[in-house]
Amino acid sequence: MKRTTPGSTQPLLDAEAALHDLFVRGQAGDAAAYRDFLVRLGAHLRGFLGRRLFGWPDDVEDLVQECLIAMHNQRHTYQSDQPLTAWVHAIARYKMIDLLRAKGSREARHLPLDDDLEVFAESAIEASDARRDLGGLLAGLPDRHRLPIVHVKLEGLSIAETARKTGMSESAVKVGIHRGLKALMLKIKDDR
Amino acid sequence: MKTDALIALLAADAGPVPRHAATRRLAWGLALALPLSVALLLAAYGVRRDIGEAVGWPMFWVKLLFPACMALAAFVAVQRLARPGVRVGAAWLALAAPVVLVWALALVVWMGAPAGERAALLWGVSWRICAGSIVLMAAPVFIVAMGVLRSMAPTRPTLAGAAAGALAGGAGASVYALHCMELAAPFLAVWYVSGIALTALLGAALGPRLLRW
Repeated sequence: MKRTTPGSTQPLLDAEAALHDLFVRGQAGDAAAYRDFLVRLGAHLRGFLGRRLFGWPDDVEDLVQECLIAMHNQRHTYQSDQPLTAWVHAIARYKMIDLLRAKGSREARHLPLDDDLEVFAESAIEASDARRDLGGLLAGLPDRHRLPIVHVKLEGLSIAETARKTGMSESAVKVGIHRGLKALMLKIKDDR
Repeated sequence: MKTDALIALLAADAGPVPRHAATRRLAWGLALALPLSVALLLAAYGVRRDIGEAVGWPMFWVKLLFPACMALAAFVAVQRLARPGVRVGAAWLALAAPVVLVWALALVVWMGAPAGERAALLWGVSWRICAGSIVLMAAPVFIVAMGVLRSMAPTRPTLAGAAAGALAGGAGASVYALHCMELAAPFLAVWYVSGIALTALLGAALGPRLLRW
């Protein structure tokens, strides 16, 4: 997909002026202006949400789409006496918190896929030690769990790169990380 | 779906949308709900018999207008909370001011009264039914205000629910004042404020559940 410049490189005032003008014209029935507005809004949101959700790149585009739909459906809640970006950011934040909350309850039931997992939360200096200890535990895992964790969590590759490297599908990589971390945590608990 | 495809889909739907939707819907809702609330009062309690005389007493108007002022402030707060990214601002202050004033009045009356009469000023004859009745009278406005909020986009559902509750509680208390025989400021400060606060709490509790979008 074509990527437009994220809003982060633009001063907020420019975003405000450009978005507001296109939005008002869209409200007046100018479909081309409204389309232009949505494209720019999408780019702006991609920057806004990307900066805040950098731990979950896969979720950003989903959330951008959800926000676009929400803003379209709720455009009657915008009043022209108010900065458009304030309206946009309030909705984006609301939808983002919604997502994080849903994630939170999902991962409370399973295990976090993220860096707040205690084994990966060590500082950089301690990382080598932690990894060596982990090596033994990791070795006990089947390849389909071990390789995704090694590549994604320890080497920092993306899901797609890992999939290419291991010949697994992307969803198999994600499942592997998830199940693997779960198994790993059980092993760590037994180890103590 | 690709984002570009989604945008094309949404752009096909461009066109004018209602302006000042929150304020208008809320105003229409109130125009519908207030008569309903009065009808509820007439059916369940009736207007006080001496209403003709009562309209000449200042305290009758204090009792009627302090909740009405709260409802007015809450109206402003609700229509602001219904729209993302709008600050409530001074509306909170305007909502608190009538409470502070009636409490100040109550304190003056309380201090000035002989100790033996204070209990009567506080409990009146109807304290048991007062707060509950206000919540009941608030029900039509409460339902309408929550309905309007559901059609909008409140990003702070607990606060929005509380404001809707305060709006309904204020309106309900004003309506109930047409029946209520009490005139003592301490009674109003405790039981009227309780009724309104109860409705606001109900709104705050239901907000996160009812106002998701």
